[in-house]
Amino acid sequence: MIFVTAFGLVMIYSASSYTAQLQHGDASYYMMRQLKISMSGLMMALVISKLDYHWYARFALLAYVFSYVLMIAVALMGHDSHGSRRWLSLGGITFQPTEFVKIVLIVLLAAVITQMGKKINSLRAVGMVAVLTLPIAGLVAANNLSSGIIIVGIAFFMLFVACEKKWPFFLCAAAGGVVVAIAGPLAYALEKIKLLKPYQLERIYVWLDPEAYPMDGGFQVLQGLYAIGSGGLVGKGLGESIQKMGFVPEAQNDYIFAIICEELGLFGAISVILIFLFLIYRFMLIAANAPDLFGALLVVGVMGHIAIQVILNIAVVTNTIPNTGITLPFISYGGTSVMFLMIEMGMVLSVSNQIRLEK
Amino acid sequence: MGSNQTQHRRKLTLLCFLLLVAMAGLMVRLGYLMLCCSEHYSQMAEDLHERERTIKAARGRILDAKGVVIATNRTVCTISVIYNQVKEREQVIEVLCRELGLEEEGVRKKVEKRSSREIIRTNVDKETGDRIRDYHLAGVKVDEDYKRYYPFDSLASKVLGFTGGDNQGIIGLEVVYEDYLKGINGRILTTTDAAGVEVENTFEDRVEPIAGNDLHVSLDINIQQYAEQAAYETLEKKGARRVSVIVMNPQNGEILAMVNAPEFNLNDPFTLNTEVPAGISAKEKQELLNQMWRNPSINDTYEPGSTFKIITAAAGLEAGVVRLEDSFSCPGFRIVEDRKIRCHKIGGHGAETFLQGAMNSCNPVFIDVGQRLGVDLYYRYFEQFGLKKKTGIDLPGEAGTIMHKKENMGLVELATVSFGQSFQITPIQLITTAASIVNGGNRVTPHLGVSVSDREGTRIHRFSYPVGERILSEETSAAMRYVLEQVVAEGSGKRAALAGFRIGGKTATSEKLPRSLKKYISSFVGFAPADNPQVIALITIDEPQGIYYGGTIAAPVIADIFKNILPYLGIEEDKEESVVRESNQ
Repeated sequence: MIFVTAFGLVMIYSASSYTAQLQHGDASYYMMRQLKISMSGLMMALVISKLDYHWYARFALLAYVFSYVLMIAVALMGHDSHGSRRWLSLGGITFQPTEFVKIVLIVLLAAVITQMGKKINSLRAVGMVAVLTLPIAGLVAANNLSSGIIIVGIAFFMLFVACEKKWPFFLCAAAGGVVVAIAGPLAYALEKIKLLKPYQLERIYVWLDPEAYPMDGGFQVLQGLYAIGSGGLVGKGLGESIQKMGFVPEAQNDYIFAIICEELGLFGAISVILIFLFLIYRFMLIAANAPDLFGALLVVGVMGHIAIQVILNIAVVTNTIPNTGITLPFISYGGTSVMFLMIEMGMVLSVSNQIRLEK
Repeated sequence: MGSNQTQHRRKLTLLCFLLLVAMAGLMVRLGYLMLCCSEHYSQMAEDLHERERTIKAARGRILDAKGVVIATNRTVCTISVIYNQVKEREQVIEVLCRELGLEEEGVRKKVEKRSSREIIRTNVDKETGDRIRDYHLAGVKVDEDYKRYYPFDSLASKVLGFTGGDNQGIIGLEVVYEDYLKGINGRILTTTDAAGVEVENTFEDRVEPIAGNDLHVSLDINIQQYAEQAAYETLEKKGARRVSVIVMNPQNGEILAMVNAPEFNLNDPFTLNTEVPAGISAKEKQELLNQMWRNPSINDTYEPGSTFKIITAAAGLEAGVVRLEDSFSCPGFRIVEDRKIRCHKIGGHGAETFLQGAMNSCNPVFIDVGQRLGVDLYYRYFEQFGLKKKTGIDLPGEAGTIMHKKENMGLVELATVSFGQSFQITPIQLITTAASIVNGGNRVTPHLGVSVSDREGTRIHRFSYPVGERILSEETSAAMRYVLEQVVAEGSGKRAALAGFRIGGKTATSEKLPRSLKKYISSFVGFAPADNPQVIALITIDEPQGIYYGGTIAAPVIADIFKNILPYLGIEEDKEESVVRESNQ
């Protein structure tokens, strides 16, 4: 029964995001499209939730190989948009293969880690996971840095849960923190030795002080901040955003959260975060009660995916970290993203359906 | 497996906890942004959304006593660009640079700045504005507004003052009467989207500007021009630093002219009127400009010297400690306590009456009068005559009197004050006090502003000034008029005498501090007609070269001014009567 609640919550949540879409699209074009995709995604989720999740584990390896093919295809004949090559056209439908890669990796890693069982604690096993993850992540990162980061993040989360040790993980996280703290000088040094491209260095400078670069890189960040700042405690009211009228680029996409802030204020924004937190809490319960390790790891993967996206997106919008193109799960406009998120939800529900109720 | 699963659960809980912490952190960040920085960002956002165009209000004019316009407006243009409407960016930059004579770098920065409206330049003359409009460049706006214009350029510059870029008064009358003159700017306010297109259903406001009111002043351009001419002549002839002339109506305090040569051009107030030393910094230049804009008649104090003997004499006569025929003797100095204070005539004036002492401007006589009054009484008259307070003139930055504290004033200080040394007052204070002494004994408030009227000439407001706090009896005032008339008729001020007119006055030659520099301020205060003063004038010549005696160089200038303005003011020549009266004495 709990799972139904979780499911319903996602539904309500999705629905509320659609009303939000209504204001953000030029007309209802975006919303209708998003609605159709979401509905079909929902159907798929329902179907998948009825399936035994062990069944599609068999295709994991195949799909993994296929995802390589997709990524290479994208690199070679991808469809350009917003200056980077992330889309693939297949018979009139364009979609982002990186989303596919994420889900495949979750399934594959869950399967691999389960097979390794206790051996996962060994360095070799970790290496194995890294070998599976890093090449595809690198390939993804080549034209979409943030997705690459997410993929690595998902793998990191799954390993963390599966592994008995924890200090190495904290060490890694701490190292990441240090890098962020000294980002400015470090980025400058990296640019000097040609590891970082100038535009990336600029993004980092923009992040450190967006108001100093109002025209160039800082424009989007600053406009987002304007939107957030104009919201105040209770916001301007639904549909009253002015920043969405062309001031914030990608208002219905990456920066949708800024518009939520402007229209619904601090209350609305925190509610959204709380809903995500609740979702994560549900995932945790499902994972903890999953009938086997494979199921648990699947859920952890999906949870990791959603959690990372949410955190990174909000962090970007609030200028807590440098600007990268990450969408807010379920809410941001983007067909592929919603479709695959729905499939992931289906997988999680399938796991939860198989929890023995007497437990 | 069991333990393994527990292990997994623990890790899972830990992971969720960490995620919770991260999200909580984001919430805090969000709260900070939305509550603490809210005002900052929403203000910036509003600035971005609202395109405001000001419609400047025409500033009120300033008219002289005869209704001549001495400050008015000229139509000028403000050139601005609207980023989202600019199409040919390079052409816009090129045209604006060429037409406005600006550096390309600055213009480029403004044209390429992503803002709703960027002002390129204000106060562009109308012809240039029209030329730019004729290019029909998309996104370039030429808005007409007004710039202050002074038809007489430098006339009474330090009195009128000028206005700044927003048409606000900076110095002089323009500042004091800002509220009457400025009017209320109108504006057009629209909320726009990012493309600069107006958003529907948001308010659009158009507020019409309200023109400022006209100010009528007591200044008379003819008198001002004549006084200015005389001042410049003196300035050149004597190689002085500055020559100031104040002409006032002693009966009501209306100022008819106030000259502070060298003046500066009000239509170009940021250009120095002197040789600019090469390579001065912006700060030094600003300092020089501030000096140039000063009105020394009001903003600066000086030791009045012998003209102040008018005050000592009036106090002595009023208190009854001296009469005109009391006899004194001047050996060329006076010893007060342990000090030997010299008379300007080293050999001394010998035996003389008080009247003769005044005519000779004899220091020992006035020292004696001061000593007879004593510190307490003298100080009381000093205050009673209004010398401790400001005159209350309607010009900004009037300097106060620098005077000994009563408790620090000994007999030596009293002696020096008696003939106008060791303290400082402004020229306006001196002429105002002198006017009050000779006008029958009523303290007047010097002023320029007379009334305010709207554009159609309907009077809206008439200024009133506190009149007539009696500081002196009618009799003393009459005696002072007589004394001062004798000073001009036969005494040290005889060069101010003007055939056909009865003129009273007093000369002064003040040494500037430090005395070792041997620099002087020569001055003369004169009024006419001596029996019923209608006009009083003070000239101060700062640092004249060569002969520096006030009686020699200052008095004739006033005589010259009076010669021209007395008939203009309708004061008849009455040689006959004055001769008769003098023979009666």
